Amino acid sequence: MSNPAATEHKPSFLERLSQSRNGLGFLFMLPAAVFLLCFLTYPLGLGVWLGFTDTSIGRTGMFIGLENYIWLWNDSVFWLSVFNTLLYTFVASVLKFVLGLWLALILNEHMPFKNLFRAIILLPWVVPTVLSALAFWWIFDSQFSIISWVLMEWGIISRPINFLGDPNNARASVIAANVWRGIPFVAISLLAGLQTIPQSLHEAAALDGATSWQRFRRVTLPLLTPIIAVVMTFSVLFTFTDFQLIYVLTRGGPVNATHLMATLSFQRAIPGGQLGEGAAIAVAMIPFLLAAILFSFFGLQRRKWQQGGTD
Amino acid sequence: MSRSTTAAETMQDDIVGMEQFNTLPRRLVVLYLPLAVFVFVLLFPFYWMAITAVKPNYQLTNYAAYSPFWVVQPTLEHIRYLLFETSYPGWLWNTMIVSVFSTVISLAASVFAAYAIERVRFTGARVTGLMIFLAYLVPPSILFIPLAFLVFQIGIFDSRLALILTYPTFLIPFCTWLLMGYFRSIPFELEESALVDGATRWQILTKIVLPLAVPGLISAGIFAFTLSWNEFIYALTFIASSENKTVPVGVLTELVRGDVYEWGALMAGALIGSLPVVILYSFFVDYYVSSMTGAVKE
Repeated sequence: MSNPAATEHKPSFLERLSQSRNGLGFLFMLPAAVFLLCFLTYPLGLGVWLGFTDTSIGRTGMFIGLENYIWLWNDSVFWLSVFNTLLYTFVASVLKFVLGLWLALILNEHMPFKNLFRAIILLPWVVPTVLSALAFWWIFDSQFSIISWVLMEWGIISRPINFLGDPNNARASVIAANVWRGIPFVAISLLAGLQTIPQSLHEAAALDGATSWQRFRRVTLPLLTPIIAVVMTFSVLFTFTDFQLIYVLTRGGPVNATHLMATLSFQRAIPGGQLGEGAAIAVAMIPFLLAAILFSFFGLQRRKWQQGGTD
Repeated sequence: MSRSTTAAETMQDDIVGMEQFNTLPRRLVVLYLPLAVFVFVLLFPFYWMAITAVKPNYQLTNYAAYSPFWVVQPTLEHIRYLLFETSYPGWLWNTMIVSVFSTVISLAASVFAAYAIERVRFTGARVTGLMIFLAYLVPPSILFIPLAFLVFQIGIFDSRLALILTYPTFLIPFCTWLLMGYFRSIPFELEESALVDGATRWQILTKIVLPLAVPGLISAGIFAFTLSWNEFIYALTFIASSENKTVPVGVLTELVRGDVYEWGALMAGALIGSLPVVILYSFFVDYYVSSMTGAVKE
């Protein structure tokens, strides 16, 4: 306030701005805000607008109202992709949750080389998805799949499995690859949650004669619920909007059996050139995403109630 | 405190007096066996990638004569082909440039934003914090079409600049969210005493807050670097010419041609493309874990 230097010369606009709390906040927020407004908020709005136009690559479109959506409503491939996306998200998320929780519980025990195991477990998540998906592509090869070879050696099957050529096999294969990549994130996040649960609660329950299943069901799981809600929301969001795995493994084939909404949107918009239609498919994903976020919000609400907090 | 266990073991035991249930055979079945299966499944694709990358072509598909799980005469032919007869080194360089620049830009913007939200606490800071979190939840798969349109309009289509400017859209929300958590853990009193001593906000940020938040900066930085290294859909959409491609896009679109796949070269490309992030990861495992869990916990 009584800074002598400031009173001697007339403070510049920038100096006056940085004196006030809001001015300083504005200055500090400026770089991030510019980026996010230009390359996130504006494109989000632009995407919604493009969904109402017939824009294609190299030609500015004009407003055509709901025509894209009406077209999609009658498009069986679009509905198949919605079905595939829901199936993919549901099955993969459930598997990731169950296996991830199991792995987290294992890693929460005391054992030698625990940190080494924890570090190794995260590798699938660190490596670029496209590159690990290429390895899966090779593992799922129709002729030289290593899985088929081992099963044939053991005499379980007589011919190589057509992993990516048969609709249901292809669905199972892409889900398996997605689960493989998603387990580390779920396991490590849940492990962090497990480590915040005080051991004294387990001791008290054990003294009262609770079995290990009862301790898991009545102590671990309720205390883990808030973090499960957040982790699974992230997991569902990223699975629902998945693109890379499908694009590498099947590109939506065979006969569109693995087309997700994201891959269909890409296919229609970029190779197909119909930007408007692709944008409409992308916009159609938003209600599902909002539902997932709201679900997480109510999952978080439960924590405050459980802990007796008021905030 | 059982007499049969040493002091160290007693310290480790989480439930004192329950160790009689943890017999070795039981631990073997419920703990080590599932863990071994998990580790095997999670690591096998990498092993398969590595072994294929050094396998000579004549062994690659001849499972009858050569065990597929081992390689008899490892070869560097695929890696040599990759490095000297394709544009692979250029893709590596592009990915490096794009990742480094977008990480630096995002980190700089995020430090200011997180500090403003957490400590300057301007009007609406809480709402801004929530908006940042929501921005983190906007997936690239619904943004790439309008962004492609935008990138084309401003004339940076098919350039590294297109990626450097668009990657911060998912990096800034993440880094800001993470750094907000770190700044929150720095005691207010330090800043207050600095203010009393006549420090400006800028001095407080650079001389007090940032040095204390170095672990957070490292976490956010390496995580942002990994995310941009792994990015695919923007790079696939915004880049057309071979010499501007990033590693994931280049390997997939340029090395896969026709019906005869060169699995050796493909796997070598996947292996080498993964190495930079894996090396970075191996040095900073704990920072990765803290940034991954930090983003979820708040």
